Amino acid sequence: MLAYIGRRALLAVFTVWAISALAFAIIQLPPGDYVTSYIAQMASMGSVVSDEEAQNLRIQYGLGQPIYVQYLKWMELVVQGDFGFSMEWRRPVTEVIGDRLWLTVVVSVAALLLTWVLALPIGIYSAVRQYSVGDYVATFIGFIGLAVPNFLLALVILYLGFTLFNAHIGGLFTPELQDAPWSQAKVWDLFKHLPIPALILGLAGTAQQIRIMRANLLDELRKPYVVTARSKGLSEARVILKYPVRLALNPFASTIGYTLPYIVSGSIIVSIVLGLPTVGPLLLKALIAQDMFLAGTIVLLLGVMTVIGTLISDILLVWVDPRIRLEDT
Amino acid sequence: MATPEVAIGPSTVAAAEDQRIFVASQWQLMWWRFHKHRVAVASGIVVAGFYLVVLGADFLAYADPNASEAQRSLMPPQPVHWFDGGRFRPHVYAVKGARDPETFKRVYRADPTMKIPIRLFPQGFEYRFLGVIPMTRHLIGVDGGLDAEKTIFLLGTDVQGRDMWSRLMYGTRISLTIGLCGVTLSLFLGVVLGGLSGFYGGIADTVIQRVIEILRSIPTIPLWMGLAAALPRDWSILQIYFAITVIISLLGWTELARVVRGRFLALREEDFVVSARLVGCTQMRTIFVHMVPSFMSHIIAATTLALPAMIISETALSFLGLGLRPPAISWGVLLQQAQNVQTVAITPWLMIPAVPVIIVVMAFNFLGDGLRDAADPYGR
Repeated sequence: MLAYIGRRALLAVFTVWAISALAFAIIQLPPGDYVTSYIAQMASMGSVVSDEEAQNLRIQYGLGQPIYVQYLKWMELVVQGDFGFSMEWRRPVTEVIGDRLWLTVVVSVAALLLTWVLALPIGIYSAVRQYSVGDYVATFIGFIGLAVPNFLLALVILYLGFTLFNAHIGGLFTPELQDAPWSQAKVWDLFKHLPIPALILGLAGTAQQIRIMRANLLDELRKPYVVTARSKGLSEARVILKYPVRLALNPFASTIGYTLPYIVSGSIIVSIVLGLPTVGPLLLKALIAQDMFLAGTIVLLLGVMTVIGTLISDILLVWVDPRIRLEDT
Repeated sequence: MATPEVAIGPSTVAAAEDQRIFVASQWQLMWWRFHKHRVAVASGIVVAGFYLVVLGADFLAYADPNASEAQRSLMPPQPVHWFDGGRFRPHVYAVKGARDPETFKRVYRADPTMKIPIRLFPQGFEYRFLGVIPMTRHLIGVDGGLDAEKTIFLLGTDVQGRDMWSRLMYGTRISLTIGLCGVTLSLFLGVVLGGLSGFYGGIADTVIQRVIEILRSIPTIPLWMGLAAALPRDWSILQIYFAITVIISLLGWTELARVVRGRFLALREEDFVVSARLVGCTQMRTIFVHMVPSFMSHIIAATTLALPAMIISETALSFLGLGLRPPAISWGVLLQQAQNVQTVAITPWLMIPAVPVIIVVMAFNFLGDGLRDAADPYGR
């Protein structure tokens, strides 16, 4: 088991490294460097950066050195928590991102939890009552959930909310609490606003999980041990829930690794449509304004958080399912 | 390749039927199986229809997709009236636009006294059919389509007064071909890397599998956004088009590689592959003559299932303004106008491009499912 976790952790380290390289590439790709944008930014504020100062900055950031040295210097700063300076906001990147990163996590985790809460009972129902009306309805909604890109779904729900209820659905807080400091009321407000974004984000995942749950449970239900349990006079609920469901549950845990990046990805674009105060809208603005330090940092942080989430889920999985330990070590 | 029907009991099946199955080629068997899957067949027809639109976009459009006219900004769709005095004569009412003196918004009023008949094959803007044959005829339209009075806008117009229907036709062309290009590139990467991984195993396999795992655990949309935004602003439409294709497929080949690898692993120890090797076939021959044909069908199914993801990716990127940029027309570019809810509430027809996205994605999913089932000789 330790060997397995070790391997997973090693892979996570590699992934983080790959993400950091890609984030660095994003920062590096546009023409010019940090100092040219810094000079331009200073000039727009009316102050002039002397050549000497510019030279010092270039030395400080290691610009003009080979690309891998620059990368290492950047990593050195990142490890110290210095992600650079946002050109657009004229503040350090960490300050600009602030709470938004945690709100992204909250929204993503809520979507993931909602996926399970919905998929588990619906999947069981669909399998136990195969070919019933409810099964068909679930399958149909499942297909819609898979086919409709989540940003379009967000748009449609916004539109319906606007025309049918004349309410503006969106955001994570009521306007009065938007900029208020954290308090119990604000947390409760967040909680009340979460379901809609979580539902939009989680629908595709839910659809997939329902299909997996249904297929797995159907396979299990046909096995002789279920017949044995039934013939021994166990109640129907017990027959189904005690063993087949537990076995069929496995993929729920094992697919987190792929579901989580997908949800985080989706949260970016859905946040833009719904106006959620996550890192999504910030990333889009940063990219359009070519504020590359901010953009690169967001990509890096999102990637790292996803990897950590996946690692945790991997470890949980080994703990839940002993077979994996035997298989992979 | 025996199907389960045959294996269960030849005596119960009519002899003629039997003979037919025994001598049928693999593709014939697949076709029969696929044929039974009604939804998949219907989806196949829908997909084919969409690709016909790709070929004949300029013929199906009746207005120049880039012709803008401030006088017709945000005109709602004109309803078609099919009958005129009991006879079949489709027409639309002429629409007059004026500025509301109070709200300063443009309002349009239909004028029922002025009927504009819809014609088949009228003259319109010049184009080259299939890129070769110069033509001016279009499928439908109205006489004197360039006349400001006599207009037809089946799906309304956008902010700049451009016809949504015609733009949708052109958008279909770009959105669906970008998916095809992307999937071709992914397929190439997937087959080469997945093949290496599955056929040779060992270190190559380990490295490629780890790379796939890494790529799959990265949230793709932020990365796509970053890479797409870093493309130079002064690139031409064509350059951006290919750059986007490359970006999308660089992160999208993993699933195909997984399928190819799985197939190679499964086939490597099969009797017919072993015998091919023993008989002295070269490695190339073993792979391309004996192995590839037997999992070709699986690759086709996997490719079909990969296409919708490509289409959605392009749409999402362009929707955010990071993918294709105007004057290029794609579904995502068209949807860009429907980004905020106020616009959508006042001019809901700007959301129409979402409909083909959903239909095509669903059709590809059903088609891919059907193909996958048909390709699997052991499945039920």
